[in-house]
Amino acid sequence: MFDCVLPRYKVLRDAQSCVGCDICITSCSNGVHRRDKTTEQLVADPKRCVNCQRCVVMCPTTAIAITRWPQVDSGSSQWTLEVMQDIAKQSQTGGVLLSSMGNPEPYPIYWDHLLLNASQVTNPSIDPLREPMETRVFLGSRPEILKVNERAHRVIEQLPPQLALDVPIMFSAMSFGSISLNAQKALALAARELGTFFNTGEGGMHRDLEPFANHAFVQVASGRFGVDAHYLNTAAAIEIKIGQGAKPGIGGHLPGEKVNSEVSRTRMIPEGTDALSPAPHHDIYSIEDLRQLVFSVKEATGYRKPVAVKIAAVHNAAAIASGMARTGADIIVVDGFRGGTGAAPKRIRDNVGIPIELALAAIDQRLRDEGIRSTVSLVAGGSIRNAADVVRAIALGADACTIASAALIAIGCHQCRDCGSGRCNWGIATQNPELEQRLDPEEAAERIVNLVHAWTREVQEMMGGMGINAIDSLRGNRLMLRGVGLNEKELDILGIQHAGE
Amino acid sequence: MSIPTRTEIELGRSHFKDANARVRTALETADEVVLSDVNAQRYLGCALPASKRLSIYGTPGNDLGCYMDGGTVEVFGDGQDQVGNTMNNGTITIHGRCGDATGYALRGGTILVRDNCGWRAGINMKQYEDRCPAIVIGGNAGAFLGEYMAGGVIVLAGCAGDYVGSGMHGGIIYVRQPLEEERIMNGLIQEAVDTKDEPLLNELLTAYDSAFANEAPPLSLSDTPWYRLRPATARPYSSMYAH
Amino acid sequence: MARKTIPREGETRIPSGCAIAGIIDRSGQRHDGTAILESIALMHDRSNGLGGGFAAYGIYPDYAQLYAFHIMYENRDARAATEAYLERYYLCEKQERIPTEEHPAIKNPPDIWRYFMAPHPMRLAASGLDEAEYTMQHVFHINSSIPGAFVASSGKDMGVFKGVGYPEDIGAFYRIGDYDAWAWTAHGRFPTNTPGWWGGAHPFTLLNWSIVHNGEISSYDANRRYVEQFGYDCELQTDTEVITYLFDLLARRHGFSQQMAAHIMAAPSWREIDAMEPDRAAFETALRTVYGSALVNGPFSVILGSEEGLLALNDRLKLRALMAAEKGSMVYLASEQAAIEAVCPDAENMHSIEGGVPFVVQRDDVARRKAVEASENRAVRDWPLEHEVGVQPRRRREV
Repeated sequence: MFDCVLPRYKVLRDAQSCVGCDICITSCSNGVHRRDKTTEQLVADPKRCVNCQRCVVMCPTTAIAITRWPQVDSGSSQWTLEVMQDIAKQSQTGGVLLSSMGNPEPYPIYWDHLLLNASQVTNPSIDPLREPMETRVFLGSRPEILKVNERAHRVIEQLPPQLALDVPIMFSAMSFGSISLNAQKALALAARELGTFFNTGEGGMHRDLEPFANHAFVQVASGRFGVDAHYLNTAAAIEIKIGQGAKPGIGGHLPGEKVNSEVSRTRMIPEGTDALSPAPHHDIYSIEDLRQLVFSVKEATGYRKPVAVKIAAVHNAAAIASGMARTGADIIVVDGFRGGTGAAPKRIRDNVGIPIELALAAIDQRLRDEGIRSTVSLVAGGSIRNAADVVRAIALGADACTIASAALIAIGCHQCRDCGSGRCNWGIATQNPELEQRLDPEEAAERIVNLVHAWTREVQEMMGGMGINAIDSLRGNRLMLRGVGLNEKELDILGIQHAGE
Repeated sequence: MSIPTRTEIELGRSHFKDANARVRTALETADEVVLSDVNAQRYLGCALPASKRLSIYGTPGNDLGCYMDGGTVEVFGDGQDQVGNTMNNGTITIHGRCGDATGYALRGGTILVRDNCGWRAGINMKQYEDRCPAIVIGGNAGAFLGEYMAGGVIVLAGCAGDYVGSGMHGGIIYVRQPLEEERIMNGLIQEAVDTKDEPLLNELLTAYDSAFANEAPPLSLSDTPWYRLRPATARPYSSMYAH
Repeated sequence: MARKTIPREGETRIPSGCAIAGIIDRSGQRHDGTAILESIALMHDRSNGLGGGFAAYGIYPDYAQLYAFHIMYENRDARAATEAYLERYYLCEKQERIPTEEHPAIKNPPDIWRYFMAPHPMRLAASGLDEAEYTMQHVFHINSSIPGAFVASSGKDMGVFKGVGYPEDIGAFYRIGDYDAWAWTAHGRFPTNTPGWWGGAHPFTLLNWSIVHNGEISSYDANRRYVEQFGYDCELQTDTEVITYLFDLLARRHGFSQQMAAHIMAAPSWREIDAMEPDRAAFETALRTVYGSALVNGPFSVILGSEEGLLALNDRLKLRALMAAEKGSMVYLASEQAAIEAVCPDAENMHSIEGGVPFVVQRDDVARRKAVEASENRAVRDWPLEHEVGVQPRRRREV
């Protein structure tokens, strides 16, 4: 069968700048660059290029650039080049198309239709450089009414366990296996430095991460990899993963070639076998079963750890979240359809789920309509790109946000969406020891810390502009948002007014 | 050597939170706790460590022995759903039947079920390093026995339901009644046991027989031949995807 | 061509600035309204003639056990519908038009009535609510469902006199010099539009609460969406309204002292909390964790009136001015110092209200009672319904 699949990218090499140092060859695990055997010239195989841009960055003379493959499409807006290429791939392999990272399709990005408010005259803005500006957030469930002794200044009934976050930003779940141990270490180091939390994902907790356990969420997913009493009790909090924004409704599938001895030991599975997470938890076929799992985790941890439940943003998210709040879950985590993944079927990633902005707004409102929003924490993630998105998410009703793609971009990810191959040139989505050591955990952590510090300062600037000096007063404060270019229905779901109103 | 200490607790209709708290407190001093009048209290034996023992009279609730870590649980009665959920190590013995998803994500230890099992027993069982979990079922099993199985051993003396070992990519299921050809899932191989199966299989059959002596016909004495189901590959879905 | 109607409070959110003042005699002795009127009049330039009003406590001693409703009607139908509604749910002891005096500066006043009522005992029992909750629900119903009717106040032995105009003109219109009260508060409003709606003037009240407030808070929607969970309809979309509901939620329903409720609304900063001894820090942390959405942010100064006395509160960054002074059993509060000195030239202990520190002035008898009460908050839902106690407790019989 001849190959109809075209290259996606073209490698441009400026012959005048190139010094022939061969760094491009050693940078590329995909084998794009090589020296031609006969001419000894540096040549590139465009079919192998995934546009990770490692060679572009590493080239000492900036001689390389990657561009789109210049092939014109058919001219049809129906049968675009990408649509036809997908068909070619599938007709040649019979395979389910696999891709990685978040949904790249041009669905509306509601964040970009939400504008923020600032104070003018009727109340003052606050300057965060000189006046206190509080970003501390607590996550956990709370009673509706706190019982205290006012004179003694003591709480009568202790609160359920709470997590304190110095910044309203956490790192969402990325498992060891899907990303490298060095990438996880970077996130763990950064979480500790920032006073926030990383999430081990569903692949167990590597022993090297245990020193960071009090800044860790550990996950309990359908495959129960690495889940035992020690794992649950070591962590600061436990997250039951029901779904992921990038692939709602399906399980996980870590290919056997990524299951080396370390991954095997951490996941507690045989080396070299595919690590399959079933689509559902096979002890949860109904909402009351979730209560059973939530309390099994609480029993195993002596009620000392908050239990989060993470769902993908799907059509009925508001009702589901309301049910979750009643199962005893302390934290509800919602992951939007633009959230990333190490690997997902492309059709699922690109077509299933709903935007986090709408899901978050609907969930927050539903919990309020039922009078239970204040008793549970709500965390939103899946497509948070910058500090303004964080502010928008909190104003829509989130207690805190999670980021993952942004954190990975901070440490080198160029969104080539080829994580599934295991050949990540940035040492992030790989278990290849040679590639992994390209990522220095200390330096990577510093980049993440810088990023979150910068965002925090920006969040504070925006809060200050609104005249708000504690993030508590931003949470659910939708009056601070106005829509632009949104229709009545969208405004209604987001619970905001249009700009100019 | 000190004599193992024993405490008795009657659970009645108490809530699981209270029941488990009482059991945990009792286990701080006693080696064995005998629970009577048990009525659907969940999570009994949760994370039970080695050298501790629970004897249960009545019907324990779901998630019996979840995350169990080496302890011993014996139920003189039936088990409900998810017996031994995500169990690490230890032994659960059920003098009766048990419900769905028995041994879900089991990664160590042994579950002995005298009678029938519900659907999806041994689902997502796994093994690693020296841990090799086992489930022995004296009666019949519901459908999807050993679904997604990634390791460990299931021994089924009675009839199997449909979809045995669906998605199985590790471990072995021993059956006494071979599956008809059309019921063998794609990617599975059914074959007669050979000498290298015998030590483990005999060990498990003997364990069953000694647990249920005088209660159930012994399995180890029967000369009916056993068959094994094993996956042809540890990577059943490796060719399913295109990048 | 007809002009477009300008939206009033409740139809849109109208920020406003203002002047506030309060006078209380801790001994419980009553004084007429001339002093408060003089005090607020001095701060004329802090309002713009689009709203003024007064709250007075102790003015109806003959009807002290009855709910005194002050209701404004824009037309005859509104009054007929409201009175028919009240007749269903209350037993009315007395009703009358509130006496007013024509004033050149006061245009188009509504028809203003007052009613002295007790909840209908059968309907109250059937509602499963306590008296206060029952009354609150009916106030909400009238304000949201009967067009042209607005309940200006609904407490016992207290009342609100407010309208569109400068406060000194409103006071003259209502003849507040004719009423004797042990506590007075006053408000002069500077709204950013010209709705000309009497219901939108301040003080805002609910049951015995009355609030006068200065400043535009930045936490409005966070606070609104928090209290709306618990059945408080923020119909007017004003800061004063939501602050009143926060006090009602925390002090009446959750059983905190007014001081603690104010402390929750202007909570200490994390920096202060982190410096506290561990148990105290845990206490403050728990309060902020549970009641983060009750934190009131942005500039505000508030005088809360109730049957207990007055409470003054400034936001924790102290972005608004509020002064206090005393003389004998009298305590004076005002946005500006001179407004106190105008009515009490030899006032002592003149000081400003600190940011985030509630300033509580209780009537002496209340203070004595509070000093011996338990200091644990008890939620109102945990109390037996008062009207059922001693009547024949349900499902409980002594053998």
